[in-house]
Amino acid sequence: MNPQHRNMETVIDAHDLVRTYDADTVPVHALDHVHLHIARGEFVALRGPSGSGKTTLLNMIGGLDRPDASHVLIDGANITAMRDRELIEFRLRHIGFVFQAYNLIPVLTARENIEFILLLQQRPAAERRSRVAELLAQVGLSDKAGKRPAELSGGQQQRIAVARALAAKPRFVLADEPTANLDTAAAGNLLDIMSRLNREEGMTFIFSTHDPRVIERARRVITLEDGRVVADEVRNPDRCEN
Amino acid sequence: MNTNQRDAARVAWRNIWRNRSRSLVIVASVGIGLWAGIFLIAFYNGMIRQRIRSAIDREVSHLQVHHPRFSDDHDLRYHLGDAGAILGRLRSDPGVLVAAPRIVAHGMVSTAAGSAGVVINGVDPALEARLTLLSAKVAEGAYFTAGGRQEVIVGLRLARKLRLALHRKLVLTVSDRQGSLSSAAFRVAGIYRTPNTPYDEANLFIRLPDAAALCAMADSVNELAVLLHRDEAADSLAAVLSAAFPTAEVKAWKDLAPEMQVLVATTGSMLYVFMGVILLALGFGIVNTMLMAVLERTREIGMLLALGMSRPRVFGMVLLETFLLVMAGCPAGIAAALATVALTGRQGIDFSVFSRALESFGWETRVHPQLASGDLRRIVLLVILTALVAALLPARRAFRLRPADAMRK
Repeated sequence: MNPQHRNMETVIDAHDLVRTYDADTVPVHALDHVHLHIARGEFVALRGPSGSGKTTLLNMIGGLDRPDASHVLIDGANITAMRDRELIEFRLRHIGFVFQAYNLIPVLTARENIEFILLLQQRPAAERRSRVAELLAQVGLSDKAGKRPAELSGGQQQRIAVARALAAKPRFVLADEPTANLDTAAAGNLLDIMSRLNREEGMTFIFSTHDPRVIERARRVITLEDGRVVADEVRNPDRCEN
Repeated sequence: MNTNQRDAARVAWRNIWRNRSRSLVIVASVGIGLWAGIFLIAFYNGMIRQRIRSAIDREVSHLQVHHPRFSDDHDLRYHLGDAGAILGRLRSDPGVLVAAPRIVAHGMVSTAAGSAGVVINGVDPALEARLTLLSAKVAEGAYFTAGGRQEVIVGLRLARKLRLALHRKLVLTVSDRQGSLSSAAFRVAGIYRTPNTPYDEANLFIRLPDAAALCAMADSVNELAVLLHRDEAADSLAAVLSAAFPTAEVKAWKDLAPEMQVLVATTGSMLYVFMGVILLALGFGIVNTMLMAVLERTREIGMLLALGMSRPRVFGMVLLETFLLVMAGCPAGIAAALATVALTGRQGIDFSVFSRALESFGWETRVHPQLASGDLRRIVLLVILTALVAALLPARRAFRLRPADAMRK
């Protein structure tokens, strides 16, 4: 555990994570005894070269993949021990996702994409409407509510994806290279929104990224190499505690 | 349909139009498959019904009453002792259209040109005209002349075989009720023709009194033929008569013409084979289309699973998309089929170029397709069921995707 976060409430707690691909042929150690503790309200970037294990680690803490050994606790709940059905339900209720690409459902409008999560949760129509309106306003795209993804720019699509990730009021948001396909202005805009949500609402964000623009804005940067954590630095600890 | 189901249907509907041309191919396949299936069923219905109608109206009627041993060897000794009482009972039944006595004997017809084994039907001309519509089938000459005696109506096929023409003489020979050979000369009054050439070749008709004299059956008959208002009433009336007259054997048309049941079963089997081929083709088309759709959307399905869409929901989404795809093709297919059946049902489909072959099997040369109640529902359900079964494989593929792997593809 990073010493600066010892007194903060832990959201993600992973011990000694191991994940090896193609163990029968040429084993690739995607995660090699990784320890990770993320506190509520953190704004964390996982960085490292391709193949360093960033996405694998993100998948582990998002419940999209399971470690070969050990487990991941989310707010004390052992998601590694959950059955597939429980895990899907857990993700729906407690984890927000923003992916690099193929983020939105192309046949749905921006409003419907955000509402989709709430529909899966079978929330009442009135609640869905007000929550979607609130989120569209938060990401500054109220005027694009009726547009389909193909009619939005890459940056706008990622902002809608962030809004969707927040729709269910998750415990944290995992973002896999969210700015990879964005120009500087769009990336800056997206990071502004996420940073504001982190600062004002205490939403925990964990990014995997190569992007120096993201790393620069992160308040904690964890560096992975060959499936191991080689550095874990807190840059602006004062801002984390907002 | 609740809000969630409506939303799921809306999303599924939009999804199927993501690849418009591919979906249109399936919609067209469903439409054509339905059209072909419905029309095929209507066509066979029309053929079978016409054949059954022909058998009832011209050959065996709805019911026949005989001596219990008559059907074993058609011996004239096995006549109906209480034919009068049975006829009285039949004529008092409101469900009976007409009941007619007959003397039916197996015998020989001889002319200068040759001889042939025939069934000699001694009939009451007036009653028989209502019973078998024989009078309407007389193609040459008359349906018995007023006051005429020793007249015979022969089938066209038999006439040709024995080189018979109107007013020519022929000799009928039977083994009479006492077992003695009995012969009498008759003159051809008319030549009939039905769509069933084997029947025309085997059956000739004389007046009942002439048959009684020929067969030494002045006080009795050996067959009662009964036509009812409704086909469905045959079995129940046969049961009632059997109970009331235990010394007589009452048979309904299905037992009198067992080949009809074979025909219905055989044709039904053929129909299943044709339908199977159509549905199989449709099924393969749907498997292919939906597999493509799932493969193309592997990343997206992975993303949906990652976001928290349950596997049964993903499975249901693929099935729902398939269902909607099929339902999109149904209206056009059904409308085209109904229009085709209505048009051909009214006008009939002419197969007269195959008349010789068809008539040798007793089939009419003009087929009027028609749908029975429930046919449409059955075939639409079959098509939907086929589509859903075909969608199981792609749906299973989507169901089994692992989100992390799927999003990497």
